[in-house]
Amino acid sequence: MSVRNKNRTDELRVKSKTENLSEIRDFVSANALKAGIQNATIDNIILAVDEACTNIIKHAYKLSPQGEIIIRIDYDEEKFTITIIDYGKSFEPDRVPRPDLQKYYREHKVGGLGMYLMKSLMDDVEYTTIPGKYNQVLLSKNIRSS
Amino acid sequence: MAEFSTSIKENGDIRIINLKGYLDAHTAPTLENNFTELINNSKFKIIVNFEELAYISSAGLGVFMAYIENIRDNKGDIKLSNMNDKVFNIFDLLGFPLLYEIYKNEEEAIKKFSGS
Repeated sequence: MSVRNKNRTDELRVKSKTENLSEIRDFVSANALKAGIQNATIDNIILAVDEACTNIIKHAYKLSPQGEIIIRIDYDEEKFTITIIDYGKSFEPDRVPRPDLQKYYREHKVGGLGMYLMKSLMDDVEYTTIPGKYNQVLLSKNIRSS
Repeated sequence: MAEFSTSIKENGDIRIINLKGYLDAHTAPTLENNFTELINNSKFKIIVNFEELAYISSAGLGVFMAYIENIRDNKGDIKLSNMNDKVFNIFDLLGFPLLYEIYKNEEEAIKKFSGS
């Protein structure tokens, strides 16, 4: 019997196409299950990662399908972390308040919904840009209490 | 690839769109096409039945935002029904219940259209 290693890392690289979102969700789901996270929390993590990757496909790569997206998952008993890297246009979100839906409705604007969902569903969302190199979004969820 | 499909039922002048599967940025255009076609055919009383919808992201939620104004300007509405808790929670988190009528089942939504 080998000693069970609780610290795991896994990585997925996909092109910036919306058709790859389902593969991304499956990848996150499989790892979250291995980490022993409860289903409702897994659903939230999957949605947050989908939103982050959708933003990258639409805004960082502007729907060009040849961009690269790297999704790395790290977890231990305390925390489940997803690091998403892209090489497209950088994005620096300011504060993200709850969207004013009435205003969105009037202005036909829906872009801020995904960002708000990510911030609501995860414990931590951090954007980092290394100018001229890459953008990184780090999503994490504390899983001990979940 | 995400599986998503829709089917449309008629009930008098009401059209009911049934959603099935995963509604995300990749599959949202399917639903957009449904709304565009209904609007082109002057069908403005629309119910969307979520019973078989397993998943929705903000790209899917955005579809409802994109068409509601046009539909209401034409004295119609998009009413939503049969959402599971998981999908409802996402709508709720974003404040959609303030802007859309959400019913437990299709029959209630149909009654609301008939009564108005």
